Amino acid sequence: MIRRLAIGTAAIAAIAGPGFAQDAMDVTLGVLNDRSGTYADLSGEGSVIAARMAVEDFGAEEKGLNVEILSADHQNKPDVGSNIARQWYDQEGVDAILDVPTSSVALAVADITAQNNGVFLNSGAGSTELTRGQCQPTTVHWTYDTAALAKGTGQAVTQAGGDQWFFLTADYAFGHSLEENTARVVEEAGGEVVSTVRHPFPATDFSSFLLQAQGSGANVIGLANAGGDTVNAIKQASEFGITQSGISLAALLMFISDVHALGTETAQGLQLTEAFYWDQNDETREWSARFEEQHGAKPTMVHAGVYSATMHYLRAVEATGSTEGEEVVAQMKQTEFDDPLFGEGHVRADGRVIHDMYLFEVKSPDASEGEWDLYEQRAVIPGEEAFLPMIDECDFSQQAG
Amino acid sequence: MFELLGIPPQVMMGQLLLGLINGSFYAVLSLGLAVIFGLLNIINFSHGAQYMLGAFVAWMLLTYLGLGYWWALVLAPVIVGATGLALERVALSRLYHLDHLYGLLLTFGVALIIQGLFRNYYGISGQPYQIPGALAGGQNLGFMFLPNYRAWVVVASVVVCFGTWFMIEKTRLGAYLRAATENPVLVGAFGINVPRLIALTYMFGVGLAGFAGVLAAPIYSVNPNMGADLIIVVFAVVVIGGMGSIMGAILTGYGIGLVEGLTRVFYPEGSAVVIFVIMAIVLMIKPEGLFGRTA
Amino acid sequence: MATTETISNAAPAARSAGMPTLHKAIFAVLLLVLVALPFLVYPVFAMKVMCFALFAAAFNLLLGFGGLLSFGHAAYFGGASYVAAHAAKVWGFTPELAVLTGTAAAAVLGLAIGFLAIRRQGIYFAMVTLAFAQMVFFFALQAEFTGGEDGIQSVPRGDLFGLISLQNNLVLYFFVLAITFGGILLIYRIIHSPFGQVLKAIRENEPRAVSLGYHVNRYKLMVFVLSATLAGLAGATKSQVFQLASLTDVHWSMSGEVVLMTLLGGMGTIFGPLVGATVIVTMQNYLATLGAWVTIIQGIIFVISVLLFREGIVGVISRWLRRPL
Repeated sequence: MIRRLAIGTAAIAAIAGPGFAQDAMDVTLGVLNDRSGTYADLSGEGSVIAARMAVEDFGAEEKGLNVEILSADHQNKPDVGSNIARQWYDQEGVDAILDVPTSSVALAVADITAQNNGVFLNSGAGSTELTRGQCQPTTVHWTYDTAALAKGTGQAVTQAGGDQWFFLTADYAFGHSLEENTARVVEEAGGEVVSTVRHPFPATDFSSFLLQAQGSGANVIGLANAGGDTVNAIKQASEFGITQSGISLAALLMFISDVHALGTETAQGLQLTEAFYWDQNDETREWSARFEEQHGAKPTMVHAGVYSATMHYLRAVEATGSTEGEEVVAQMKQTEFDDPLFGEGHVRADGRVIHDMYLFEVKSPDASEGEWDLYEQRAVIPGEEAFLPMIDECDFSQQAG
Repeated sequence: MFELLGIPPQVMMGQLLLGLINGSFYAVLSLGLAVIFGLLNIINFSHGAQYMLGAFVAWMLLTYLGLGYWWALVLAPVIVGATGLALERVALSRLYHLDHLYGLLLTFGVALIIQGLFRNYYGISGQPYQIPGALAGGQNLGFMFLPNYRAWVVVASVVVCFGTWFMIEKTRLGAYLRAATENPVLVGAFGINVPRLIALTYMFGVGLAGFAGVLAAPIYSVNPNMGADLIIVVFAVVVIGGMGSIMGAILTGYGIGLVEGLTRVFYPEGSAVVIFVIMAIVLMIKPEGLFGRTA
Repeated sequence: MATTETISNAAPAARSAGMPTLHKAIFAVLLLVLVALPFLVYPVFAMKVMCFALFAAAFNLLLGFGGLLSFGHAAYFGGASYVAAHAAKVWGFTPELAVLTGTAAAAVLGLAIGFLAIRRQGIYFAMVTLAFAQMVFFFALQAEFTGGEDGIQSVPRGDLFGLISLQNNLVLYFFVLAITFGGILLIYRIIHSPFGQVLKAIRENEPRAVSLGYHVNRYKLMVFVLSATLAGLAGATKSQVFQLASLTDVHWSMSGEVVLMTLLGGMGTIFGPLVGATVIVTMQNYLATLGAWVTIIQGIIFVISVLLFREGIVGVISRWLRRPL
């Protein structure tokens, strides 16, 4: 069952459409994400709300676009996700699929999108493969990737004196790549990796590994894991007095929803990189307040990414008057954007979106003035530095156009 | 990555102590499973969900009623036990005449329901639960920093485990219980209400899971999935110790904690699998389990 | 406690010669429906249902006819799906060869695990299979070739026998139909063969079968390997349909799901697992928006099936008709 939400009516839009000769164009967006599992809080319904806000703010109706939004739960299973994606393209006439956290599902959807000449606006997944090994001319990877997080946290923490790293790595491909990326950045910045321990996934008890870290002479523990593992590790680090003993924690993949769940008491002092924080400037505050009204919580960077990606996509659809995947994506790559949430940026030829990233530190309970007053900004990582350089095989600029 | 001799004895001590702490959870949980299996012949697959329920009840008591950790430690096991009692009366008691496997399938379904409901209402990110004030801080043992709370976990688990063992193996009530499983008709003929005895046993076993949940709440993330994967490990512990053997479950619980702790130092990648490897070996060599009676 | 009802209660009486007319008719109608199906519902969804129907039927061969409850069948299903995906993607095998390779891998895995597991009975058997399946899961999580949580992606839909392109959903559908329908017929054959009769004898009364001179463990191992192989066939086919292999297929919840399908449909019946798989997969597909409710509903079905409905859907129908189905 797919929930439908029609925005705008074709007939009225067609008559009222300012300056556009053509009839109202139907655009169908599908928000495909996790609505029940690990990533439900950081993506989930919030992403649907973000997409809807984008359609309204863009003024789709006045501009002659009849936009409909579908949503579904991929349960973090690639077969479920790809089944929905295929069905959307084949039967529901979906033009673009949004969000898609969980890299296994995201990679599957990227493939199917290319086969169907749709558009894949990814916000929720972190795999760099989306714009490297398995890049597609129809993929736009908006919010973050693991390399950018590694770059932000690894570089800034090392330069601030945290140069002896101990990695606590989830023992599977994702953890390994996060660790490798970060280790490279740390060494480039003059730091050293003292030791690494690979923990099984998922794990509940980290005390043993934390103790090993304490004995290793490191001054930073890099948490190359995600979700519940990261939360447990941080909780136990605070219990074992790791942070009090002068070792800082660097989470390599964490979202504001996780920090919120942990509370500032436990998470204080933690350093992490994100692409967006609600309390950055007037525009982000205004947007986030509207978002919170509908969702009951502040937006994560994934929600913000869905909003901005939808905006940029709709602009390209308006400009080209088409919903053909390659054409629209090529248009998205040609125009730079100045976005209320992500600032200035552009979509690179390989589909990677280049924008600034930020290093944050979690506030102490005394400094925090409210439930969501969680971060202190520590550094800005310019977009050009944050993301990996483009590889030649993924340069679609020749084919485009 | 680490050499055997490259580990200083202090580090070793620290790791063994941590293993023991983890073993404490295994011991309480596997004890509950073993009690239920030994006396009811039911494989309680919802044990993990009931453990999660214990942690959540503790959190709810605090959030909605303002009752702190110590209240939770007493109330949550009772509340969780009561839900178990209801389950036994309504459903499980209808299955005693059937193959064991139906009990397993039923409780598996119950676990899905409980976890699904909590996921729906409380999301997945987890709820914060602080260590009680009296147990905050820790001791510097020279070779490691031991949080007071962890020490408390070990003490509480040892007391509960051996108390349970004593009650079942050494008291009159325990004797009734054991007799009732051997020959319910005969025991019934002596004027003892066997169904009630069995129901209360199930309640007690489930209560133990709830107790472990409260113990876990301050140190692990309180989320709906916290017991989902743990249950399989605890099962393995019970199988290794010997199904139905109370002392076996307790000792194996602590023992597996230690072995796992050592694996985390010498071969961390294998620490999740080591339990299953041991289980497979034990089942091949001594199928009734290390402490089990011959099946 | 007295065991008055065994786990596999609805035992169909097999006739010695040929297929009963009723079964012939059902298979014929089934085939007709399946041929028409891709024109009525979304073909990829229909293929998914068929893969799971074969998986459940293979599982039922072991549980319903062998009397052995395995809690680790995801290992063969998922293991085969990884191997088939790898064969098609990295080694460039044609689809039918990839499926065969995956199936063969499941057979080998089934032989290794079965050899150890069949020495134990009842709950112990279930737990041993679960333990081995967990090891397979951790292997899949950590090994290089499985791609960890990304899984194996973009498996090409190659050319069948090197000739017929499977790019088209409909062509692929009939390829999958041939495999799964063939697999299910094969299971039917196995059940009604002399081998199946011996299995039945063992399940009903193991000591008597031993005293009759049957090597009971050899039969158990054989049915275990057959079941694992056919589960592998289903998994390998699924990897070609979805063009991917992932951790979902080797996770223990998949082992639980197949038990649910079989239980709901009616274990020990021929058609039960097919019905069970169809109901569960359809439910998961159409309730996708409800999120966690899917799990809750599955749990409720489990509870109801065990408490009130142990014969399963087809078991009940079979009792009404007084005919084995």
